[in-house]
Amino acid sequence: MGNVARFILRRRGAHGSGKGWHWTDIFTWVWLIGGLIIMFGPAVWLMFSSLKTPAALAEFPPSILPYVTSQATVEGYDKPLMLYDAKMPDGSTRVLAEVRRIGLVAQMVDPKAPGDIVKVNINDRSPVRIMSFATNNYTEPFVHFDFLRYLWNSVFVTVVATVITLVVNSMAAFALSKYEFKGRSVAMLVILATLMVPLSVIMVPLYSIISTLGLFNSLWGVILPTVATPTGVFILRQYMLTIPDELLDAARMDKASEWQIYWRIVLPLTAPALAVLAIFSVVWRWNDFLWPLIVLSRRELYTLQVGLSIYSGELNVQWHFILAMTVVTMIPVVLVFIFLQRFITTGIAGTGLK
Amino acid sequence: MTTPSLSSLIMAPINAVMRIIDAPLRRLQKATGIGGMAAFFLAPNMLIFGIFVLLPLVINFVYSMTGGTAFFLSERDFIGGAQYSRLFECQNYLDPMSCQEDAFWTAVGNTFWFVVLQVSLMILTALITALILNRELAARSFWRAVFFFPVLLSPVVVGLIWKWILQRQGLLNFGLYQFGMDPYTWLTDRDWTFAATIGVSIWAHMGFYALIILAGLQAIPKDLYEAAEMDGTRPARVFWRITLPLLAPNLLVVVVLALIKSVQVFDEIYVLTGGGPGTSTLFLTQYIYETGFASALRNPGLAAAASILMGTVLVVLTLIQLGIGKRGENKGKR
Repeated sequence: MGNVARFILRRRGAHGSGKGWHWTDIFTWVWLIGGLIIMFGPAVWLMFSSLKTPAALAEFPPSILPYVTSQATVEGYDKPLMLYDAKMPDGSTRVLAEVRRIGLVAQMVDPKAPGDIVKVNINDRSPVRIMSFATNNYTEPFVHFDFLRYLWNSVFVTVVATVITLVVNSMAAFALSKYEFKGRSVAMLVILATLMVPLSVIMVPLYSIISTLGLFNSLWGVILPTVATPTGVFILRQYMLTIPDELLDAARMDKASEWQIYWRIVLPLTAPALAVLAIFSVVWRWNDFLWPLIVLSRRELYTLQVGLSIYSGELNVQWHFILAMTVVTMIPVVLVFIFLQRFITTGIAGTGLK
Repeated sequence: MTTPSLSSLIMAPINAVMRIIDAPLRRLQKATGIGGMAAFFLAPNMLIFGIFVLLPLVINFVYSMTGGTAFFLSERDFIGGAQYSRLFECQNYLDPMSCQEDAFWTAVGNTFWFVVLQVSLMILTALITALILNRELAARSFWRAVFFFPVLLSPVVVGLIWKWILQRQGLLNFGLYQFGMDPYTWLTDRDWTFAATIGVSIWAHMGFYALIILAGLQAIPKDLYEAAEMDGTRPARVFWRITLPLLAPNLLVVVVLALIKSVQVFDEIYVLTGGGPGTSTLFLTQYIYETGFASALRNPGLAAAASILMGTVLVVLTLIQLGIGKRGENKGKR
């Protein structure tokens, strides 16, 4: 145990002069623990909140976990009544249901014997709180609103765009890394130049092009402009350059066609880079917001991101649904984060591209 | 051995399709030679590039010189530089209200202050984070992941998470309440909302830059530090004399990259504040979006002109970045 603790709490002080904690050690741990709370805290808070009922969400101060005030249906009363722990004059505590409140006195009944009314000072009673998960925050948007549709649209856009991205980008990368031809450097330059053309600069004319092609209010209008990513071509080309040309020449000797070389030799060897690009592409397309917001104006075509932002911008925000759907939107990205985070971080550190 | 694996089940139909495609492509190859095949492989990507990136880029210039509310270029009338002069018509550029397009100059001012504050604070925190992650830490990849987590979240999710935290019954007010302070409606206060947009976008993107800086730190040769330790150099001196100078090219690239992204800020802020209260968090991309598509006084030509001005800033920044990259490369060669 001592060794483990020493390893975890390795410090400059111990390492250098051996005089205990250097100020940088303290700062490091404050920064790390603070970072842990600030980076994960909001998402955890969102998840807890998404399981609360609307009444619990409106409470201030809020409770961390989804507690609700317990209610009971009592014979002789139409509405369910709130349950309270009431302190009796003799010092004992009873669970009573509140019928009504007059000034400082609450009229309460015993749920088991609703006959006689007990008067209790409101300071002597506290609500009975039970933990309750409002799972219909999750089910209702799918049933009564279009969120199942939005989820499907998002999945469709993400999967189709990623597949097309992989095919189109890998073909271009193959041409740019394995062939000598006139205009190759021009093509390379054009692709690199488009790295600096963000959507916000071309969205107005792009919209008119999409409309001209009849792709307005179509998921293909969301997909197509995004698939020829310069980043993807760049990553794949860098990787393909490391594949020896002799391999291709040997295949040509064996009468392999160029298409076969691309498909049977180069693509399988590029698998690690393709995997990185696939992960990136899934995250990009799943998270896309501005362009779908412009192209999709019919409710049944919204992606999750657009649907969420539209619903959260309404006058009467139904936070309990919004929070639950935000969690649903977050799930794929969190899964990618948990299982594939290493690929992404090394990918970014290697290329400096996001 | 007889049961086929899952991957071969998936690959079988794909392989079949590829084999069918192969026959006509062989004929194509015979007709055009290997060089022609290069064009064939390049074509789909370049076609999509051409239609959805290059063409809009060119059209944008034409677009910015036309007026009216129609979207099709053929239905728009040529008005020369009128959109630009409308954008620039101003008595005092520092006071947006004296300009004809006051929303544009408000957005320019907001974006300027946002970029300055967000980038400087973000790079500072990213640098500190990277320096800490570069120390001998237990579970370093875990800590790296902690700071990287928000980078993957969608901007809409980021906006909604923070909208939920900053609202009146939110977590922030709960924290203040614990210290006996009164709850406050943060997102109705101009200054606090602006500060919130900066804080939230730092929260969302800092991990990305920390990661790149960390890669730069790890590329610094270890023997330099060993030599410094042998000479008994103080840590602060090591930082100023070894770490910072050797990190400078990397840091400069990161700063420009952050500037480029920061100028285009939109998604998470739009969800968080919608540009409000009033126009206090209206940024350039939102101005272009609303002028082009959303507002009742839609004017795509004006939006195009504004987007070209923004694009010019981005091109300048990118050229600076490429220039730095080149210089770094040359240094490496020497």
